[in-house]
Amino acid sequence: MTYKIVESNCTGCSACEPECPNKAISETKDGLFIIDPNKCTECIGHHDEAQCVAVCPIDKTCIIDTSFPRYQAA
Amino acid sequence: MLNELNIEVSTPPPDLDAVLQQVAEHKGCGTEGGSGKASCGSGAGENDLPQEIWDKVKNHPCYSEEAHHHYARMHVAVAPACNIQCNYCNRKYDCANESRPGVVSEKLSPETAAKKVLAVASTIPQMTVLGIAGPGDPLANPEKTFKTFELIAKTAPDIKLCVSTNGLALPDHVEELSKYNIDHVTITINMIDPEVGAKIYPWVYYKKKRYTGVEAAKILTDRQLLGLEMLTERGILSKINSVMIPGVNDKHLVEVNKAVKSRGAFLHNIMPLISAPEHGTVFGLTGQRGPTAQELKALQDSCEGEMNMMRHCRQCRADAVGLLGEDRSAEFTTDKIMEMEVSYDLESRKAYQDAVEIERLAVSAAKKSEMETLAGEHSDISMLIAVATKGGGKVNEHFGHANEFQVYELTTGGAKFVGHRRVDLYCQGGYGEEESLSTVIRAINDCHAVFVAKIGGCPKNDLKTAGIDPVDQYAGEFIEQSAIAYFKAYLDKVKSGEIEHVVRGDAQIRQGALMASSAA
Repeated sequence: MTYKIVESNCTGCSACEPECPNKAISETKDGLFIIDPNKCTECIGHHDEAQCVAVCPIDKTCIIDTSFPRYQAA
Repeated sequence: MLNELNIEVSTPPPDLDAVLQQVAEHKGCGTEGGSGKASCGSGAGENDLPQEIWDKVKNHPCYSEEAHHHYARMHVAVAPACNIQCNYCNRKYDCANESRPGVVSEKLSPETAAKKVLAVASTIPQMTVLGIAGPGDPLANPEKTFKTFELIAKTAPDIKLCVSTNGLALPDHVEELSKYNIDHVTITINMIDPEVGAKIYPWVYYKKKRYTGVEAAKILTDRQLLGLEMLTERGILSKINSVMIPGVNDKHLVEVNKAVKSRGAFLHNIMPLISAPEHGTVFGLTGQRGPTAQELKALQDSCEGEMNMMRHCRQCRADAVGLLGEDRSAEFTTDKIMEMEVSYDLESRKAYQDAVEIERLAVSAAKKSEMETLAGEHSDISMLIAVATKGGGKVNEHFGHANEFQVYELTTGGAKFVGHRRVDLYCQGGYGEEESLSTVIRAINDCHAVFVAKIGGCPKNDLKTAGIDPVDQYAGEFIEQSAIAYFKAYLDKVKSGEIEHVVRGDAQIRQGALMASSAA
């Protein structure tokens, strides 16, 4: 699994982007933010909690994307 | 970077500096009667302050009540990210006509922001101050914030730079702030008691972790007070903003005032909570009310001591442009500024500001000479008057065109600015003339008189019915001079028995989404 950003909730505030330890978050053409599922590690091995979730000003915006398998620390 | 912006900088001739220095040293705003309280009233008058501080604030509309009649500020929205959550803020709300902190129409890159600042400064010569106030927290976006300051300091060295922060990240950046010569920092401090703080802040994001409740508020208050102390140590002026939330922190703000004063804060700005359900904020949705005009004034009065209280804050947007009380941001959208030919001319800006200084001298001189007519008068009577003004310290706005009224308190000690009342139209419009008149009356209901440049017959009669004296005899004249003259005449009429002095009631502080003046 990885995290994903619910587009309709994202305000484009950019708070998540610099906090991501994997540089998995980037800005879209529309000024919103997306998470690259191939880079997201759910912050496992980096932090106690997912940084995008911790800093996002809108509840239920950075959520688990169940369509990906759970990240396995190497 | 900067050559991409095509900006020319010219330097002023040295003799103009000498003229400005003389103007800056004027002594027109004296303290009378030896009461120890300056006659300039609230918000930083010259004689309240040591010279080096006065020099820093005298042209800063957000730090000096006197300056805000003459000088303009702008905010650039380069800092969208925030590191805390406040119950009076909702980052999803983005009505283009909304005017309050945390709201912007577009976010800017530092390069675009620098270009915008120069475009505005070239168009509005009285623009002396550039602030970064969000819409998030500038110090939660340190790279963008400091890059913007760096670009502007290079091309527009006469513009004062300031920053407004919630304080959480402040201790980490004080060193850098002093490096960029930023000598005005505003910290929003709503509490020093974490139990109170838990009712205002649901969470803070600190050192890679989200904290909630009392623990969050404890971290925040510790960091805010530490940051304030560090600023004071370095001689950086700090203003404290506090949001007055009735039943939550209203009584507690007296304690906050003492705490920040003892740590060297220079000015305290207690603002009313802006709260309406349509904002979608926690406080808006729970029905938390804001204070009334008299509740706000009573708290400000009780905090006024050796520390200056700021009462002219307009709680403007994080991308506001112009004099306080006006917003010209619609003239300077990114599309428009990219097409503008910008030539930054320090000399003509200084010449314009020189003319403004001469006008300021005239305002002070007029006030001083009028004060002499009150010499020897002693009365317990105090009253409020509302003034329609477009700036310049004059009664120069038509009653029906006023988006706000400035409120002065008159006593035998003189005329003191104590606040302003917004009367502009609601975002969801549809208000006719009658509704807008009753809005005005509700907003200035605690005033005995309203000074205007001009007023129609109908509103004149309605105001009289409401017990508010419509006064148009001072059209085009200086506000404080006129107010003192009016008050002297009023006292004479009370003495002769011609009128009886009655105490007025309370007034409402406008809530809700407000039209920008350009959209009205």
